[in-house]
Amino acid sequence: MDLSLTEDQKMIRETAATFVKKESPVERSRKLRDTDLGHDAAVYRQMGELGWLGLPLPEHVGGFGGSMVDAAILLEEFGKTLVPEPYLASVVLGGMAVAHGASTAQQQELLGPMVEGDSVLALGWAERGSRYDASAIEARAEKRGDAWSITGEKVWVLGGHAADHLVVSAKTGAGVSLFHVAAGAKGLDVTTVKTMDGRKAATLRLEGAEGALLGDEGAAGPVLDHVLDKAAAAACAEGVGVANAVLWMTVEYLKTRKQFGVPIGIFQALQHRAVDMFVQTELLKGTSILANAKCESTDPVERAQAVSAAKAQLSTGGFFVVAQGTQLHGGVGVTDEHDISLYFKRMRALMALFGDEEHHVARYMTLPSFTEGI
Amino acid sequence: MDLSFSPEEEAFRAEVREWVASALPPHLAEKAAVDAHFSMDEVMEWHKVLAAKGWIAPHWPEAVGGPGWSVTQRFIFTEELETAGTPQLSPFGLSMVGPLLIQFGTAAQKERYLPKILSGEEVWCQGYSEPGSGSDLASLRTEAKDEGDHFLVNGQKTWTTYAQYADWIFCLVRTNSTVKQQAGISFLLIDMKTEGVTVKPMLTSGHTPAFCDTFFDNVKVPKENVVGKIDQGWTMAKALLGHERTLIAAVGQCGRAIQRVKRIAQNETLDGKPLLEDPLFRAKIARLEIQLEAHRMANLRTLAGAQLGHAPGPESSILKLRGSEILQQALELQMEAMGQNALSWFNEPGVVPPDEEWVASVFNYTRATTIYGGSNEIQKNIIAKLILGLPQPGKA
Repeated sequence: MDLSLTEDQKMIRETAATFVKKESPVERSRKLRDTDLGHDAAVYRQMGELGWLGLPLPEHVGGFGGSMVDAAILLEEFGKTLVPEPYLASVVLGGMAVAHGASTAQQQELLGPMVEGDSVLALGWAERGSRYDASAIEARAEKRGDAWSITGEKVWVLGGHAADHLVVSAKTGAGVSLFHVAAGAKGLDVTTVKTMDGRKAATLRLEGAEGALLGDEGAAGPVLDHVLDKAAAAACAEGVGVANAVLWMTVEYLKTRKQFGVPIGIFQALQHRAVDMFVQTELLKGTSILANAKCESTDPVERAQAVSAAKAQLSTGGFFVVAQGTQLHGGVGVTDEHDISLYFKRMRALMALFGDEEHHVARYMTLPSFTEGI
Repeated sequence: MDLSFSPEEEAFRAEVREWVASALPPHLAEKAAVDAHFSMDEVMEWHKVLAAKGWIAPHWPEAVGGPGWSVTQRFIFTEELETAGTPQLSPFGLSMVGPLLIQFGTAAQKERYLPKILSGEEVWCQGYSEPGSGSDLASLRTEAKDEGDHFLVNGQKTWTTYAQYADWIFCLVRTNSTVKQQAGISFLLIDMKTEGVTVKPMLTSGHTPAFCDTFFDNVKVPKENVVGKIDQGWTMAKALLGHERTLIAAVGQCGRAIQRVKRIAQNETLDGKPLLEDPLFRAKIARLEIQLEAHRMANLRTLAGAQLGHAPGPESSILKLRGSEILQQALELQMEAMGQNALSWFNEPGVVPPDEEWVASVFNYTRATTIYGGSNEIQKNIIAKLILGLPQPGKA
């Protein structure tokens, strides 16, 4: 057991911390939310140059052969200033779907340019009726010669509006499979939708869109489970950054805001609330470390146990932090002008992604580990 | 970063588990199975088994009788003991005054006291709280008057847990009342057999003997019994708190309590099915277990810090907060799982299943966990001040 960061990991953290502080303060995120893209393509490319996009991806595609623990270090820093570039969408969702589900040649073709920052990937797995169940889908794919023809609809596709390459799930006779669809493919309609946290996603409408099968037909079930576990762990890591930022922003406010002639942080009721925020932030941090370490496991039970615990903690503890941070800021906390409202929204968005509290508690309590040894 | 235990650590866990299973005397194992209250004799019996094995003080340096384990080994050891439900050792010697003496005691004090704490030959208790000084400990009034070669101690200590079995008590006493409260306190070791010491035990709400009032009436205490310097008692108290904090996470104890919730719920019936299969109740257990997962990680992170040579700091107050709250919630769920059986109070065997016999008693006493060792509200004050740096009353 060793919970300390390696020298490499310390360097990643330092570089990322400097980046968010100097080059990506929260004002940048605020400005970008009014743009069509919602992020800065040049900054995304810079992330490729820094080696960040390939950090958790294998070396044979130009990645660094790291793990989600490494990516989590970046994501935590990104959360601190709400960095809007589609890291989660392109690297963790699209990237990992290809890394886990596609052949080596396909991985090189799709991930090679992505890790350089030359392309954006996205994963369409959810549909209107699927909620958080990646297998409960209606989209169908039929074989047409060497290619496949895909029909269906995908919703809340993170980064889908900006993606050069889309990975979508669809059913064939053999079960759920993954397909690569190029952004300009005929029969594919990409509609940009706005999300509550000031970002963008896409609705994909596929009507006989041409796609290439990734990996084996019917083999996408476990792949998507694994990818969504990684994405949930990534959301937790970003949530740690969000919670940290809100905690210290609130503590600072308690020290400077005066009422009744004293800084309000002197009042015990408010002190104890701030302490509860600190405790929940620390608990989230611990579960996030666990989830990001265990989400690499090929044992789905061990993985689910850690990821579901963390994602549930994000929804309870993480939300507690942003909700109480808002409360302690008083009226300014519910203005668009104050940054805390942006953090509040991002946390709530992270909660809605890849399984909410109900979903993860339900999954946790049906794992065989739950009734072991009683 | 590596979150798994190494093969050596796993082997160590297996060794501890196996040893505990064979070394715990059968009559204690029987009580452990139902989490019955252990008498002080039974606690000390187990103490001596561990002492004979050399495993009684994992957190002591090797030079004074510790086994020389890593922090991770200590975590594993504690978790295994708690999971097995072995008698909880009296912490006052092993985890409080012992480590303090190791840090601040004179050579003579170490030689005099440490071996007998290890062997279990001498039992200790703690004289901190007074009827008028609970959370506001520094206001304490028990007085030690300088009489040249000795002190004359007068006053009353309360919540002196296990004083009725103790050979020694470590006390915070007032040695100077002309200075700031904290600056006039000394840390004093008092032989319980000294003339003028009287103990009045009282029952806990769980109907077990633990608490006492201890009275001091012109008790003569030699001056060599001061730990640290005279009037430095507050510094000693703070250092002692640091040692105490390393052991308060109760991760194994919480895990065991949640397992018992599941076991009770497996045997109780709702609509013709085990209560454990009721999604509403099962989700309550799952939510609590997830809280425990988070708490366990917080504990491991604190230990990782300690492993790198940091003393556990104020952030370990979190461990006290969460460990005590989760344990209480687990006992609340045990009671809930029992339904009307929760009414049972020290009945003959057979009134309720064995797994449920002790629940009501433990449930009642467990309310103390958020109060003792510095109430949870005091822990929050500590975090607010030392970690968050929030302004303090009177200093705005």
